[in-house]
Amino acid sequence: MATTQTAPSSIHAHRASRRAQAKMSARDVNVFYGDKQALFDVALDIPAHHVTALIGPSGCGKSTFLRCLNRMNDVVDIARVEGDITMDGGDIYALDVVELRARVGMVFQKPNPFPKSIFDNVAYGPRIHGLAQDRDELGEIVFTSLEKAGLLDEVRDRLDQPGTGLSGGQQQRLCIARAIAVNPEVILMDEPCSALDPIATARIEELIDELREHYTIVIVTHSMQQAARVSQRTAFLHLGELVEVGDTQDIFTNPRDERTQGYITGRFG
Amino acid sequence: MSDTAPARPATAEAVARGLRRRYAAEQRFRLYGMAAIGFALAVLTILFATVVANGWSAFRQTYIQLDLPLEAADIDPDGTRDPAVLSRADYEGLVKKTLRGMFPDVTNRREKRELYDLVSSAAAFDLRDAVLEDPSLVGGTFQLRVPASDDLDMYMKGYIRADSPEDERRISDRQIARIEALREQGRVETGFNLGFFISGDSREPELAGIAGAALGSLWTMLVVLILSFPLGVMAAIYLEEFAPRNRWTDIIEVNINNLAAVPSIVFGLLGLAVFLNFFGLPRSAPLVGGMVLALMTLPTVIIAGRAALQAVPPSIREAALGLGASRMQMVGGHVLPLAMPGMLTGAIIGMARALGETAPLLMIGMVAFIVDLPKGPLDAATALPVQIFLWADSPERAFVERTSAATIVLLVFLICMNLGAVLLRRKFERRW
Repeated sequence: MATTQTAPSSIHAHRASRRAQAKMSARDVNVFYGDKQALFDVALDIPAHHVTALIGPSGCGKSTFLRCLNRMNDVVDIARVEGDITMDGGDIYALDVVELRARVGMVFQKPNPFPKSIFDNVAYGPRIHGLAQDRDELGEIVFTSLEKAGLLDEVRDRLDQPGTGLSGGQQQRLCIARAIAVNPEVILMDEPCSALDPIATARIEELIDELREHYTIVIVTHSMQQAARVSQRTAFLHLGELVEVGDTQDIFTNPRDERTQGYITGRFG
Repeated sequence: MSDTAPARPATAEAVARGLRRRYAAEQRFRLYGMAAIGFALAVLTILFATVVANGWSAFRQTYIQLDLPLEAADIDPDGTRDPAVLSRADYEGLVKKTLRGMFPDVTNRREKRELYDLVSSAAAFDLRDAVLEDPSLVGGTFQLRVPASDDLDMYMKGYIRADSPEDERRISDRQIARIEALREQGRVETGFNLGFFISGDSREPELAGIAGAALGSLWTMLVVLILSFPLGVMAAIYLEEFAPRNRWTDIIEVNINNLAAVPSIVFGLLGLAVFLNFFGLPRSAPLVGGMVLALMTLPTVIIAGRAALQAVPPSIREAALGLGASRMQMVGGHVLPLAMPGMLTGAIIGMARALGETAPLLMIGMVAFIVDLPKGPLDAATALPVQIFLWADSPERAFVERTSAATIVLLVFLICMNLGAVLLRRKFERRW
């Protein structure tokens, strides 16, 4: 809504040099699950401090592409990723996977807090990466992360209680707090609101807009309205192909490809 | 739309027609289930009731009160009170003399023998121990409660009936008369059979106890726990979380499943061939028994451990990996704590099976007749199920009740272990 109206004009101005500016960039990405090919030659740039939305019908490869960006597909035995993905110009496969995932955080479709206290949930990332020198500093990180995730006021006096005891929306914000506690550069969100009610969804969407200031965000969503509300750039995928990518405003008002048009107008999906 | 509307009543009718049949089927199925559970419970109750009915009497023992005149001339003629002298005295003769004194009418050899047979041979040893502990007893009259012989005990417990023909029972009419005489004097009493719980095996049923076998089982289980739990958990973690999926791991997996089904006697043979004959480890030792049973338990632990790891939701793994945790940190910090209750349950079920296992222990010599209590995993020992097997094989009537009593002890052990499993599970389970 408001955000789509005020997409930064700088994007229009520097379209040509986008690859150089892009926080992350993918070229010729092919992904195979066993014999089945899930992505075909996907090329996409993810500009810094923007929200990039990936939309498309079920099974189009949105999540698959998202999981390429922090190499989550490495975990899947049968998955094979080909192509060239860079972050700040460097190949992500040249980085250690642990370092990559510390710099590219992820929020999942279903809220998945650890069966630990709220504090320990947020503190886990900083702990394993050694980001805090002492307890005070760790507490500081936890507090600021919860604050940024807009959860602090709700959980301030029950940090030692289980994270799984929160409501669905709170759990998802806890997962966002957990992701930003590591201070990543990019946050990947895989349909973060699909398990939430409209009010919780609205809170998360607000939050995403606030987070854009500090982080680069890639969000997979089923809801075109959500993509229109929160993102500045939208990429439409269909059957494993990247059909169209552009400023969210353009995609929704003036799609160039007829498949995009068909999806947006609700003819399939 | 228009053609689905008239179909509605037909659906309702069809449903209504089938409804009774469906509910009847459900009702029947429930009844089958309840009948199955009822039958299982009944059989279990009968089993327990039989064992307890046969075994409970072994927890009580008949004792005879003897007034033993400890004359210095018999025990310590020189009056030195030297322990060496005291320990060499003829206490057996003293007990016999006392018995003869109680029944002055006994004269011939056969009657004397019958008289002596009423008290346990332990009487002399008990007396000696008492004197060595307190030499000042010498010179006075010492009251000693000695276990009655197994035959007298059986008579007192009603397993030998006085009205059966004399040549069909193990005690004679004369002996019965003597017992009744003792009883009238208030010298026969029945008390808690402490000896059964603190002594080792014996050829004399009234002296035979379960402690040796129980300790042997304990040492064995300790070895099994120390070997099979860490090894099994490590193997499960590696296979489930780290190992690549290829032909080799497939072969390993198939073989682990096969090993879980190998008859236990085969593990006994393996232990005999490898641990005893090749490595020369001591025979009859709980260490070897534990090693053999650990091999037997290992597949169960691994399979249960892998199942527990698989049951951990993938979302937890993804959450940890997504934050940049290494695989090791993911497993150690999140997956293992969640899988622990399942792993413990698997290990304890495996150990409970090992506790009741007899066949492999026969092969490595834990079936020997061992009187001493094992003080460590290297001492010769036997185990509870083997003890049951040995006693069940003995001809004396008194061993019948002891066999059942040992079974009760074994069952109590098992119940304790399973209870421990439940408690540990509760403690580790974190479903929040």
